[in-house]
Amino acid sequence: MSPINHFAGQARELMRRDTTWPFLVTRRRPVDVSKDIILYLEELNVSFDGFKALNNLNLYVNDGELRCLIGANGAGKTTLMDVITGKTACDSGSAWFGQNIDLLAHDEAEIAGLGIGRKFQKPTVFEAHTVFDNLELSLRGYRGVWRALTAKLSGPERDRIEEVLSVIGLEDARYQSAGALSHGQKQWLEIGMLLAAEPRLLLVDEPVAGMTAEETERTAELLISLAGKHTVIVVEHDMEFVRSIARTVTVLHQGAVLAEGTMDQVQNNRDVIEVYLGEDA
Amino acid sequence: MSVLNSLAQASSRLLAAMRQPGRGTSWLVGILLVVTLAMSAANLLLPADSPFYVSTYTITLMGKYLCFAMLAMAVDIVWGYCGILSLGHGAFFALGGYGMGMYLMRQIGDRGVYGNPDLPDFMVFLNWQELPWYWFGMDQFWFAIFMALLVPGTLAFVFGWLAFRSRVTGVYLSIMTQALTYALMLAFFRNEMGFGGNNGLTDFKDILGFDLQADATRVALLLVTTFLVVLTFLASRTIVQSRLGRVIVAVRDAEARTRFLGYRTEHYKVWLFVYSALIAAVAGMLYVPQVGIINPGEFSPLNSIEVVVWVAVGGRGTLYGAIVGALLVNYAKTRFTALMPDAWLFALGALFVIVTVYLPRGLAGLFGRATELMYRRPDTGKDKTTRDDGLSVAEVGA
Repeated sequence: MSPINHFAGQARELMRRDTTWPFLVTRRRPVDVSKDIILYLEELNVSFDGFKALNNLNLYVNDGELRCLIGANGAGKTTLMDVITGKTACDSGSAWFGQNIDLLAHDEAEIAGLGIGRKFQKPTVFEAHTVFDNLELSLRGYRGVWRALTAKLSGPERDRIEEVLSVIGLEDARYQSAGALSHGQKQWLEIGMLLAAEPRLLLVDEPVAGMTAEETERTAELLISLAGKHTVIVVEHDMEFVRSIARTVTVLHQGAVLAEGTMDQVQNNRDVIEVYLGEDA
Repeated sequence: MSVLNSLAQASSRLLAAMRQPGRGTSWLVGILLVVTLAMSAANLLLPADSPFYVSTYTITLMGKYLCFAMLAMAVDIVWGYCGILSLGHGAFFALGGYGMGMYLMRQIGDRGVYGNPDLPDFMVFLNWQELPWYWFGMDQFWFAIFMALLVPGTLAFVFGWLAFRSRVTGVYLSIMTQALTYALMLAFFRNEMGFGGNNGLTDFKDILGFDLQADATRVALLLVTTFLVVLTFLASRTIVQSRLGRVIVAVRDAEARTRFLGYRTEHYKVWLFVYSALIAAVAGMLYVPQVGIINPGEFSPLNSIEVVVWVAVGGRGTLYGAIVGALLVNYAKTRFTALMPDAWLFALGALFVIVTVYLPRGLAGLFGRATELMYRRPDTGKDKTTRDDGLSVAEVGA
């Protein structure tokens, strides 16, 4: 293409009347889910030193859905979360949050501000702070340095923290330091921190790892109750757990989607059996 | 017996009071103010042969210790609260000191050895004909103060912005801060820089028209230093107890978590680093008129590392710990170097090792545990607010 053509193309792009200039669009805006799909991931490719962590991955997630991602180690589950939350840049492909937000153009902090919360595989809470303070820091709101200096908890914010405390069942531990909580309680606290931020999309990495059976059951209830108001994507190895919560399951294999459907459909899928159960049998 | 008992009770009540948020602060501030005021009065009002007379040497020594305490607090704010181990805070201290030194140099006027009204002695000696551009305006007190804050502040901002935006952390960052202060030391050693080379700036006569050798000026400097230590202490306490302070501790403990909650952790780190550098610069500004000299030795990496030892001894993550640590270690240094000058570095090294191994929370941690033991109450309802690890003391005692 000659430089003139290139310039003309750019000028035409600039003159388009159906879109706004990118630099005029506010960075923080509500996500548009008018087509009922909250996450569009198309042709994603990520490679680390030649290893293809994501290989032409395509995934669509409906608004308000509870989606489970399963797959062996190295299937690309965590990399996928890293791409969505802006931690890892992808080599090619596109990732859109609703109709209007290009996730690849934002960094971690902005993506969190747009309403995508993430729970880490290893429970990560602020151990030196109390449970209450952990939730306070997670509350939805401005994250600037100067605002933080003068921030005071308002009544509604206090109510919100109480509400989250009762959802995650840590009312009695509110003044305990988070470092003194049990492993399962830390997992809940981290989920509570995501809730306090009132996200649209929750990415939950192995929420029941290291939990007792009873705790697992309560976590399942919690996640099911969250779906609808929030969209929840759960990565989990525990098949019993996945069966107990999942409506739609996506199986990842070598960085691409292998199968998608209900748990029964997936378990009877020939590819899945070949890749998964075939090894066992 | 009853006297002992009541004494024990009183002391445990005192310790308990110091554990309440903010109370420990008032105690520290109170003690600092009372001690320095009493010292000042004893110096100015009592005759020199009175047993309670405090010599001007002691006054100046105390002023110097307090400058170090302020520097320690600056390091503690970034290291103890935010986990940024800066081994180069001496650079900001020295830059502040040079700002003040330039002002004091210009105040000498024609009373220098060469009697040149415009040029400081070392410039005359180097055959310089006129004042370099960056010395202009430094004869104005307000301008010198402004520059002594602007330059370290800008340096901290640029350095922090580059380092934190590229997500340099841990030991790499420490090495970079070390390199920063070392590079500045080499630069300031050069005569062409126009800051007096390895002799630095010295032979000051007066500050704001007051004779620097006079007792009253020395006392006033001590009081100003105390006042500014208290002021920066209160400001820092406000910061670490605000939500900003909680975010900073969160960055220290789980930076990725903080970032995925939507905080721009690099912004928090940069501004905290700048704030800390400004405190270090103020400490340097107060230090120079009291010790009467500033030279490139202040940039030496060893100095900055020593500050870290003070903070470690006092207890990082507590503001009062940093102050107490700086005062104690420097007092020990004065005593030790008088007795056995060669042994001091070994003693300092041993101190650092012992503190790191046996007292990871420093004296403040020890203190916190002692108060906890003395003040443990059977009903646990209220004790829930305290934590079992030393970090609790960080916040409670801040």
